[in-house]
Amino acid sequence: MSEILERVAGGVGQGVAKRENPEKVNGRALYIADLYRPGMLHGAILASPHAHARIRGYDVSAALAAPGVVAVLTGDDVGDGRMGAFIKDEHALAKGKTLYVGEPVAAVAAETEEQARAACRLIRVDYEELPAVLSPEEGLAPDAPILHEGLAGYFKVFDAGSEGNIASRSIFSEGDVDSAWAECDLIVEDEFTTQPQAHLAIEPCGALAEMDAAGRVTLWSANQSVFRVQANVCESLSLPMSRLRCLTPHVGGGFGNKMEPHIQPITVALAMKAGRPVKLILSREEDFEMVRARHPFRIRMRTGVKKDGTFVARECEALVDCGAFADDSPGVLGYALLMARGPYRFPHAKSHGRLIYTNKLRFGAYRGFGNPQVTFAGEQQIDEIARRLEIDPIALRRRNMVGAGEPWFLGQTIASNGLPECLDAVEAASGWKDGPKAAAAPGKRRGRGLAVTAHISGLLGTGAIVRMLEDGSIVLNTGATDIGQGSDTILSQMCAEALKVPLDRVSVASPDTDGSPYNWGTTASRVTYTTGRAVVAAAGEVERKIKEQASEMLECAVEDLELRPGGRVGVAGADKELPFAAISARAHWAVGGPIVGTNTLVFEQATHDPKRGVALGLPFPRIGVYSFGAMVVDVEVDEASGQVKVVEAWSAVDAGRAINPLLVEVQLEGAFVQGMGFALVEEMVWDGPRLANPSLMDYKIPTSRDVPAALHSIIVEAPEPGGPFGAKGVGEIGINPVAAAIANAVFEATGARQRHLPMTPERVLDGLLAHDAEDRS
Amino acid sequence: MSDHVETFEIAVNGQRRRAAVEADATLLTWLRDGLQATGTKRGCNQGVCGSCTVMIDGWPQRACLSLAAACEGREVRTVEGYGDDAVMRTLQRRFAEGGAVQCGFCTSGMLISARRLLADSPRPDEAEVRAALSGNLCRCTGYKKIVDAVLLAAEELAP
Repeated sequence: MSEILERVAGGVGQGVAKRENPEKVNGRALYIADLYRPGMLHGAILASPHAHARIRGYDVSAALAAPGVVAVLTGDDVGDGRMGAFIKDEHALAKGKTLYVGEPVAAVAAETEEQARAACRLIRVDYEELPAVLSPEEGLAPDAPILHEGLAGYFKVFDAGSEGNIASRSIFSEGDVDSAWAECDLIVEDEFTTQPQAHLAIEPCGALAEMDAAGRVTLWSANQSVFRVQANVCESLSLPMSRLRCLTPHVGGGFGNKMEPHIQPITVALAMKAGRPVKLILSREEDFEMVRARHPFRIRMRTGVKKDGTFVARECEALVDCGAFADDSPGVLGYALLMARGPYRFPHAKSHGRLIYTNKLRFGAYRGFGNPQVTFAGEQQIDEIARRLEIDPIALRRRNMVGAGEPWFLGQTIASNGLPECLDAVEAASGWKDGPKAAAAPGKRRGRGLAVTAHISGLLGTGAIVRMLEDGSIVLNTGATDIGQGSDTILSQMCAEALKVPLDRVSVASPDTDGSPYNWGTTASRVTYTTGRAVVAAAGEVERKIKEQASEMLECAVEDLELRPGGRVGVAGADKELPFAAISARAHWAVGGPIVGTNTLVFEQATHDPKRGVALGLPFPRIGVYSFGAMVVDVEVDEASGQVKVVEAWSAVDAGRAINPLLVEVQLEGAFVQGMGFALVEEMVWDGPRLANPSLMDYKIPTSRDVPAALHSIIVEAPEPGGPFGAKGVGEIGINPVAAAIANAVFEATGARQRHLPMTPERVLDGLLAHDAEDRS
Repeated sequence: MSDHVETFEIAVNGQRRRAAVEADATLLTWLRDGLQATGTKRGCNQGVCGSCTVMIDGWPQRACLSLAAACEGREVRTVEGYGDDAVMRTLQRRFAEGGAVQCGFCTSGMLISARRLLADSPRPDEAEVRAALSGNLCRCTGYKKIVDAVLLAAEELAP
């Protein structure tokens, strides 16, 4: 059979358009704010004006009497339930105390949004102000005010070492770092700081809840997991999970912001109290102040090597601002520390850190999950070592990088590793050895920087149900929320390929906690890899049932049957074949029953091998498989202003197998630009206890004019043995090395290291001028 | 908030629609909550993100900064209203096929801005496209595939 006939239309490896795009370009795709229900009310939230205050009482009488108001909700209405991904420390809204400016304290449901917002302003809250903790250092002071007096009694999913304002701590080590420094010929040590970054999905968070006559609630919301929404709402409101059904409309981007709860518990509580559907959509300012952001890190890092360039030891200490609630923070701390060694063989490595509660917005999951922060530190130190030893930065990395079959920090074996090919690719494409492509214009300086990275894809539970309809077409149901990255398309491409049916005969069911198999979430770069595995296994069960039917119909052995493109099954080496429609009709109406394949799994490989290392406070005992990436950037620095412009960039990533190369490219391009914002311009700034720039007027993200004209994404494929068709995740990895690569390029251009993010014109100019002054003296 | 309700007509996507809104209601609120024409998105309500860009008398405008009452007698066109426009249909197809749509929340506004650009400059260069779209924020794509989609649509329309 010719190759063209073997190809499945829309199958694996094809850069097909995302399946929902036609409705998105016509304005027909519905997002949370676009949903309306009969009798629907609108919700609004009263936010805390104080960073830390005891709530002595409420007077809601004026609000209740205001026009259009149906229900008012306060902390008195929500019981004692608490939620939290790692530490259950958070009520549905403030109860007893408020812990940050912007925290929801009360909410109103009214006939119009204007009425709801006006009524919120009529609620009187009797606060007793308390001294606030505004930095991790303040939180660690011996006489610091304590945010969570009940911390010791909170449920925790791992032994987090919580105490006082310390939410969690982790210590990981291999070898003997303390003695190893004596073996080193060169040691670099620096302190780095990174800033809070806003996710800024263009769609603000929102939810719509409706209770039926029997008291069961349906909840639509902007989310990254209907199952995490269900768990968080039910834990915080003490509801049985069977009483809440969670659904999802289209989601306007996430990047981590919509993984854990935002205002879903408040919306459900309001709808239950009002007895009518309630829609609550945050304003942009509320989305900035109320939800979550990327953690600021203070990192002390030390790296020691032999003079021939052999890596010996690395130690990383991180002090991380948690904000008011733990949320995903213990995971971010643990993951950052697991990645802090970098993709290198260090016989001696130690990383340890503490996560400190402060009276600020909670910090949480954000694309990269702590990895961009530690990579900013680690990859600058490798660059500095290369410079001091006069070894080419690529050669130095090649010599020390881990390979397939070797262990990651703490012991998990890496099954596949495309890092060598990623380095080859960026080296060749950028013309690495020749340096920056163009000469600097007068008044500008050019520099080129490199950084490498690794990231996991995997984690936790997932499932898939593949159903064959009567006519032989397929419905795939996984419970994975597509937040725009294209998982509906990618998973159905895998399903189409596995069953050799054209893509247009596979439809995707929207996630529904009533009908979909569990999926932990669209997070941790995990859907392609983890859910993909479940899809392939479930499709395999369908294939087996198809062949059992066909063996009876064609009177041949199951082993002699093969699937053929177009949805047919035939006898190998013979013309005899049947369309799926005939098989499915027989299964539905005569023999065997309708064909359904199911699979569920939990990622199984252990992160930690106790024979190799010590791990205290490990949030993820089974974290995922490893992907790798390398990046080169060329920058131009303005000598008068210090402004950095990225002129050209090359980002190569090991995707294992690119199920949809077009969608891999968009991930790398989008991640680069978000990383460029993190590196150069974005920063949430607090003025005392209050966020000073919670608007797009004052918080800038890159526009089409700010991004490099030449941005090259390069796909490397080192297939993962257990992955679906060899695939690994690529959602986050592209953002990890951006700040480090730009910092290394800025160093080459200016002679000054940038240890603090963002690299504002002031910081870069200060560095440039100090270096020039040093040169002259 | 104003209690004074005004009644007037606005042409939306070629149809005359009766508006009964308070004097301070924005065009965006009226389109979304009044007509349930929800293809036009609210991202910031402050005129920065560009998600609510609509065509008013042929010019891209922020619907969140435009008072509905000020649109009396004008022609408003939203992303839903271009079924008969070959240029927009080409842009939409190129966006959909070329990876220019991720979450899709910025897409309506991007398309409206791109449509005006192709009216002014049928064969724009890359810098013109980047300038024309610089008032529309996208957090997913990194803009490259959006810019490419506009350039490819222009090439297809004016070979």
